[in-house]
Amino acid sequence: MAKIHVNTTINGAPTEFLCDASQTLLEVLRDQLGLTGSKEGCGSGDCGACSVTINDRLVCSCLVLAPEAEGVKIDTIEGMADGDKLHPLQKKFVEMAALQCGICTPGFLVASKALLKKNPNPTETEVRYWLAGNLCRCTGYDKIVTAVLDVAAEMRESAR
Amino acid sequence: MSEIQYVAAKSVKEAVRAMQAAKGKGRILAGGTDLLVQMKSGLQAPGVIVDVKKIAEMTTISEKKGSFTIGAATPAAVIGEHKKLKKAWPGVVEAINLIGSTQVQGRASAGGNLCNASPAADSVPALVAAGCTVSVQGPKGKRSVPVEKFNAGPGKTTLKPGEIVVSLTLPARPKNSSDAYLRLIPRTEMDIAVVGCGVSLTMKGDKCVAARVGLGAVAPTVLRVDKAEKALVGSKLDGKALDAAAAACSAACKPIDDKRGTIRYRTKIAGVLLKRATAIARDRVNGIEHKTH
Repeated sequence: MAKIHVNTTINGAPTEFLCDASQTLLEVLRDQLGLTGSKEGCGSGDCGACSVTINDRLVCSCLVLAPEAEGVKIDTIEGMADGDKLHPLQKKFVEMAALQCGICTPGFLVASKALLKKNPNPTETEVRYWLAGNLCRCTGYDKIVTAVLDVAAEMRESAR
Repeated sequence: MSEIQYVAAKSVKEAVRAMQAAKGKGRILAGGTDLLVQMKSGLQAPGVIVDVKKIAEMTTISEKKGSFTIGAATPAAVIGEHKKLKKAWPGVVEAINLIGSTQVQGRASAGGNLCNASPAADSVPALVAAGCTVSVQGPKGKRSVPVEKFNAGPGKTTLKPGEIVVSLTLPARPKNSSDAYLRLIPRTEMDIAVVGCGVSLTMKGDKCVAARVGLGAVAPTVLRVDKAEKALVGSKLDGKALDAAAAACSAACKPIDDKRGTIRYRTKIAGVLLKRATAIARDRVNGIEHKTH
């Protein structure tokens, strides 16, 4: 069957790819475009390891069909750092060891960035509920939540 | 995998035509948070996937003389950000915003939650309480259905071949009205309702002059409990009226026994949630805010 030709924008760069109707966006990102930062944990929208934003809206890329990418703006973990310069969230996760095996980390970072964009001053409860769809089976969540709250405070400070 | 076609419909008519042409093998893709999971597990094997998110009518919220119409594929997150809708129907919005995680909220829709036809769907009891009307379009034109009559059983809707749900309409609200939705789950987030209860009230002073009650996860479809409504209307929502309404909810239950809850437990909780949701709806009429989280 003929492949579907998709034109999209990923991390600011116009991108095109060919896909099957039933392929997920996650499959295309990882296997065709080499953007392997987004991980497949569960493949059913429960773990959040494949989190990306589409038109600035946080979603699980395992639950998006690749052809749906036509004409939208996708941002993945690969677009988070500015060259060698890490995003404040990335830096803080490293500093505070808010990760262990690292599989869930890209999803947590993408989700946390989306939170801080929407709500620069979240409470701990708001951070925990926002990140309820991101599962970590190594560290527990305390360091991750603390890191997000710290970065939120720092970003508010530097914005003043 | 068998060959699947993907169609991004640009109008409701085009979506209906694609569904009709698929001869029962078509599936609507709104948020995809149920469809894609079901495809992966082999529960669904569509021949044609009809994406409706490019259709403005199906992805926007509009207001006309106090009545809101929510496009069936509007993402839950967009619904949650609509301040006017949230003010008029806090219970409906909180129910829709309880579906899944933040990521799922970015995609999942009220129309999808309805058409997935789970008896435990969170949005549906609140929509039943709200008196929501479902706008359906098919090969023979348009029709509308009260939401409580839309589903036929677990996983089954009353849609005829080629028909799709276009939007959900909430009626204009009289003054001093509000609503609430509560569900019981064993944890605090990301779970399926053991019981869900939606209550919508209109008050005049301290007297309840109109009420609607929707009850989920206690029968093959979400129920409208008119006996509970009758117990509330005309009362001051005092203990006696609440006891009678709670008893009516428990009596309406025909639940299953499973790992989430026994028949006895679900039956009892239905009454408890009715009382609590009623209290929240009344508080909201009186300007007292309640936040789910």
